[in-house]
Amino acid sequence: MPHILTRSLDRRATIFLAIVATVGVLLPLSNLLLPDTSMLHVPTYLMTLFGKYVCYAVLALSIDLIWGYCGILSLGHGAFFALGGYAMGMYLMRQIGTRGVYADPVLPDFMVFLNWKSLPWYWQGFDMFWFAALMVVLVPGLLAFCFGWLAFRSRVTGVYLSIITQAMTYALLLGFFRNDFGFGGNNGLTDFKDILGFNVQAEGTRAALFALSCLALAISFLICRAVVGSKLGKVLIAIRDAESRTRFLGYRVESYKLFVFTLSACIAGIAGALYVPQVGIINPGEFAPGNSIEAVIWVAVGGRGTLIGAALGAVAVNYAKTVFTSGVLAPYWLFMLGALFVLVTLLLPKGIVGTWNAWRDARQATSLSEDARSAAFEDGAVKPHMAE
Amino acid sequence: MTRSTMSLSSGLLSRRSWLAAVAGLCLGLSAFTPANAADDTIKIGILHSLSGTMAISETTLKDVMLMLIDEQNKKGGVLGKKLEAVVVDPASNWPLFAEKARELITKDKVSVVFGCWTSVSRKSVLPVFKELDSILFYPVQYEGEESERNVFYTGAAPNQQAIPAVDYLMKEEKVKRWVLAGTDYVYPRTTNKILEAYLKSKGVSQDDIMINYTPFGHSDWQTIVSDIKKFGSAGKKTAVVSTINGDANVPFYKELGNQGIKATDIPVVAFSVGEEELAGIDTKPLVGHLAAWNYFESIKTPANTAFIKEWHAFTKNPKRTTNDPMEAHYIGFHMWVKAVEKAKSFDPDKVIEALPGIKQANLTGGVSEMLPNHHITKPVFIGEIQGDGQFNVVSPDDPTKARLVPGDAWSDYLEGSKDLEADWVTLKCGNYNKITKKCGGQGS
Amino acid sequence: MFFNSDVSRRIVGRIKRAGAILALSVTICSGWSGVPAHAASFEDDVALFAARSFADSETAVSHLQVSGNPLAYPIISALKDGRLYADEDSKKVFIKGTDSKIVDAANGQSVATLPDSASPVRLNNRLRRTIDAALGSLTLLSPDVAVRIQAAQSVFKNHEESSLAPLDAALRNETNDTARKALAAARAAVVLFKTDASEADKLDAVATIKARGDQDALALLSGLPGDASPAVTRAATAAMTSIKGNLALWSTVQNAWYGLSLGSVLLLAAIGLAITFGVMGVINMAHGEMVMVGAYTTFVVQETIRTSYPAAFDYSLLIAVPLAFVVAGAIGVSIERTIIRFLYGRPLETLLATWGLSLILQQAVRTIFGPNNREVGNPSWMSGAFDLGQITITYNRLWILCFALTVFVILLAMLRFTRLGLEMRAVTQNRRMAASMGIATSRVDALTFGLGSGIAGVAGVALSQIDNVSPNLGQSYIIDSFMVVVFGGVGNLWGTLIGAFTLGIANKFLEPVAGAVLGKIAILVLIILFIQKRPRGLFALKGRAVDA
Repeated sequence: MPHILTRSLDRRATIFLAIVATVGVLLPLSNLLLPDTSMLHVPTYLMTLFGKYVCYAVLALSIDLIWGYCGILSLGHGAFFALGGYAMGMYLMRQIGTRGVYADPVLPDFMVFLNWKSLPWYWQGFDMFWFAALMVVLVPGLLAFCFGWLAFRSRVTGVYLSIITQAMTYALLLGFFRNDFGFGGNNGLTDFKDILGFNVQAEGTRAALFALSCLALAISFLICRAVVGSKLGKVLIAIRDAESRTRFLGYRVESYKLFVFTLSACIAGIAGALYVPQVGIINPGEFAPGNSIEAVIWVAVGGRGTLIGAALGAVAVNYAKTVFTSGVLAPYWLFMLGALFVLVTLLLPKGIVGTWNAWRDARQATSLSEDARSAAFEDGAVKPHMAE
Repeated sequence: MTRSTMSLSSGLLSRRSWLAAVAGLCLGLSAFTPANAADDTIKIGILHSLSGTMAISETTLKDVMLMLIDEQNKKGGVLGKKLEAVVVDPASNWPLFAEKARELITKDKVSVVFGCWTSVSRKSVLPVFKELDSILFYPVQYEGEESERNVFYTGAAPNQQAIPAVDYLMKEEKVKRWVLAGTDYVYPRTTNKILEAYLKSKGVSQDDIMINYTPFGHSDWQTIVSDIKKFGSAGKKTAVVSTINGDANVPFYKELGNQGIKATDIPVVAFSVGEEELAGIDTKPLVGHLAAWNYFESIKTPANTAFIKEWHAFTKNPKRTTNDPMEAHYIGFHMWVKAVEKAKSFDPDKVIEALPGIKQANLTGGVSEMLPNHHITKPVFIGEIQGDGQFNVVSPDDPTKARLVPGDAWSDYLEGSKDLEADWVTLKCGNYNKITKKCGGQGS
Repeated sequence: MFFNSDVSRRIVGRIKRAGAILALSVTICSGWSGVPAHAASFEDDVALFAARSFADSETAVSHLQVSGNPLAYPIISALKDGRLYADEDSKKVFIKGTDSKIVDAANGQSVATLPDSASPVRLNNRLRRTIDAALGSLTLLSPDVAVRIQAAQSVFKNHEESSLAPLDAALRNETNDTARKALAAARAAVVLFKTDASEADKLDAVATIKARGDQDALALLSGLPGDASPAVTRAATAAMTSIKGNLALWSTVQNAWYGLSLGSVLLLAAIGLAITFGVMGVINMAHGEMVMVGAYTTFVVQETIRTSYPAAFDYSLLIAVPLAFVVAGAIGVSIERTIIRFLYGRPLETLLATWGLSLILQQAVRTIFGPNNREVGNPSWMSGAFDLGQITITYNRLWILCFALTVFVILLAMLRFTRLGLEMRAVTQNRRMAASMGIATSRVDALTFGLGSGIAGVAGVALSQIDNVSPNLGQSYIIDSFMVVVFGGVGNLWGTLIGAFTLGIANKFLEPVAGAVLGKIAILVLIILFIQKRPRGLFALKGRAVDA
């Protein structure tokens, strides 16, 4: 198993994983152990903020997996993210128990004041963590499976697929807004108390959630690498580049697409589940089509089809959002976001990582031709391996 | 050793890239280090959306806060310190509200935050204010069912807006049949639940109540308006109680006007339509439809006239209207100033202690008081829409002598909440159950 | 009787419609109403307006109505229009004429200026209803047919006994058929609610009202007091059942009309998209913002007209349509030249770039015009409604439907009969072949995009009549327009037409059953499922170009 996961790791992937691991360990430790006054102390505010970024990075990975490697542009991936979030939110709501404002042992607050008498069937079971955790993966996965089964089988592709994924998330948005749906309507689920017995607002819990998010990022990265590095991954790329040709070669294109779409939805669900306890609220706003489109742009900024780029793009764009939505620049944030969309697609079609790759390849190519030997020795990747 | 582990170690060994990564991270962190506030200024957070769908309502509130802070500084600030506004843009994105609240409190170290419009944005920042123990002033009319130690509600609770409006219609217009129309979210749902229970307690039968919900931003009102017309033709005087939210109102009123539903036939009383919303409609066909608020721009008092004059001067625009949530911020801000002066400290805990009991003259001639349940006393006005986009107050007869209604956090007309009581002064509890004598939600 | 001919002539002269018959009407009122002149004098009644209480004003209106004084009509109509001023201190009441001349309401003498302490007499809905009833019986004899019908209608609603005598007088003189019917119905309503009317009269009245057969008739009948005789009650119930059955039938027609109307809005919003998306394969997420640009152009046009040439307001939309086309079209062409032309063949990237553009345009409008809604008025020919059978058709919806169809036909003709249309069709079918034949494809692309955007701008002019003019306007239509285009099939304008009307009608028939929210969700789900069946919409383009 470790072999499959690590086989396709190149140097950059290793560095990426190492950074994720270091950040995932050092930041929580610094937050918990170092005194407030220390230069290196990371305040809790930053822990939550970074935790959010990391969850977005996982979502971006899941989008890159299908868009970058299989050419499926989903404009509704926020839906899977939100569904995972809702599953986690329902668990957290059930954990509140009698500590809700109306002290009802079973019903969440929003049901009490709207006169619900009993818990709807779909809320059953969410008091158990294992069940909720299963649902975090299962619900988005199942939706993606059904949706993909219908869409891919009838060969809905390209722009059409993008538009109907958008319709899907829009329909879910409208549905979850309805109070009768039983998910708290517009206000969503909030005011969480604890998770697995730990107070969600405690610094320790936050640190642990951050570490877990980093772990999730690392694991999903490994899974994605494994998928794209395998033979399956090659077929996916073939589908991306020439779908009809791949089909004529005898591959069942829709099965490949369905698999990777479902996997991607599951990863998005996990990202959502980790996101909810850290930001403290899940509401239908997460289903808004605009959110899903924004997530796609993270991938485009970082570089589609690079995985690392997707994660970096998510962090970079959200960091910019944090910076530019305060202070004097506040009213101009949308101008900047909009310009980012336009400029990246026009000038950096391969994204940051992709462009850097291209630039490095070009440089390598020239230096290799000039002095192949010395260049090869300087770069670790080309070093001869004695161990084999 | 396999090839893959080898490449892993070779990656780890590459020191150059490691250093670069760490340096990058430090650079990233340094952007977040709190900017230390200068000692002679006190920071005030303003948490209103300046972009996105809610900018339409919230931008005005940011402006009014800047004006109030400016004015206070001209008077010498508070406790000898100048006030400084910290404006952030949560961009109508609810998780971003929580993030920005945390940023204001932790990084900017603001003493108090004025902000939020929608209930969901308030719900989103609530845990942050509780955790970091700061103060939020919330200026918008809302569904009630909440009383938190860290939040002060300067907008109306349902008993300060919805119920008096219904009373007026019953008494003055002799309405017997009711359409409760709203956008499908928590405020209309709760308000309509309360009104339904209230109407039934007044002997209105279920057949005479029609409840209708529409999605956000609903723009095709033909069917619903004609349903209302149909419902209204049952021979009993009918009225519409509208909790339709912001954007959907313009097409709704346009359709009403065009289908010829006049206020004299079926009056519509709205809780979310103020001067600002009317600015986008030709109001001539709507004359006589009603709105219930705690403030109207048209009420003539010296304080209000001065406020409007100052607002026009501050925004350099003599056409800018004033509205109810602006007055709520006016009251809230001055209450906070008085509480700080009373506590002689900016410390949130001390200010929270000091706030209940603080009195502040509102703009309509009365004196509002912060109650122990963190809501305030407010006058209730019923206004009729006029041809010029303003409201003509029809109840009470003399608006400047209106009776003040105390805000009730927990409605008496809802099953779950009628036994609850909020009192942060003696009981120190936001949801004390009068039957079980227990403070709910406090265990942990 | 108090009659100052000099004064009355002066005032009467100002009243355009009531004109010369006013005196006659007043005489009839006082002579036949059967209500004895009450004790208080006319001056005392007028002074009641100065008491600043709604109840007192109401008493004053009902006294004035039967006073027979020629000043009654000017006073009451001034009150209705907010031109009646009262001075609380001196208890004096003034009429401010439409020409701003001030008249003392108690005696009709001219006054130079209003005292400072005078302010308009306040109105509420109850008072307005009393005024309507009073004016109703006072204008039953107006020379203008429309005014008479309106008066009859208001008497029908208020059915006050005091109106019976003027009604009879009016009926005797009436020559116009429609007005006669309205008057007869109004009379029936009064008789039905008159306590001392005979049973036979009441039964006749029920029959007359039943013949009217609309919502108002139903309202009137169901409001019948419980103490009516059994025969009358029975007749009324039967009449109500028949009216209800009739109305149920009509409501289907009504739903279909609403569906057509919604469909026309969808068509307008989507048709520009059908051009850019269908012909060029460009997914323009900023399409909604072009609609918004059109709506704001309308706002600017109206604002200019309001400040400079208020008389031309009714023509504002006619000016705005070509202007919006030019403005949005120009923006479209410049977008195509600076951004989109670098992205051909990469539809998904175009989608992202145009989405970014939409954010920029939105925020730009927010910065320039402010985040609030802007007022765009309906010109008089687009306000109000008329009845067709038992359904109400509003003029603005009707015009929008006509407008949408006109735009559609013009566009279709353009594609078919002009050189640009020919080139556009050629490029759609086979871009490379078209280029080889000497068509400047890049010029065609720019013009096509400009055309699509211009049409969106024109749609914005129409949508400004029924929706918010705010920076969020465009976003609320973008998803719906995509659904229409995808459902109808890309590259075929007929598909867009049929798609728009199908979705509109389906939505309106679902809405009464499932509610507005669920109805909308159901439509979305249906479209998703439909796309599985026909991945390229109702009218799919066939051929090799499709899979490019």
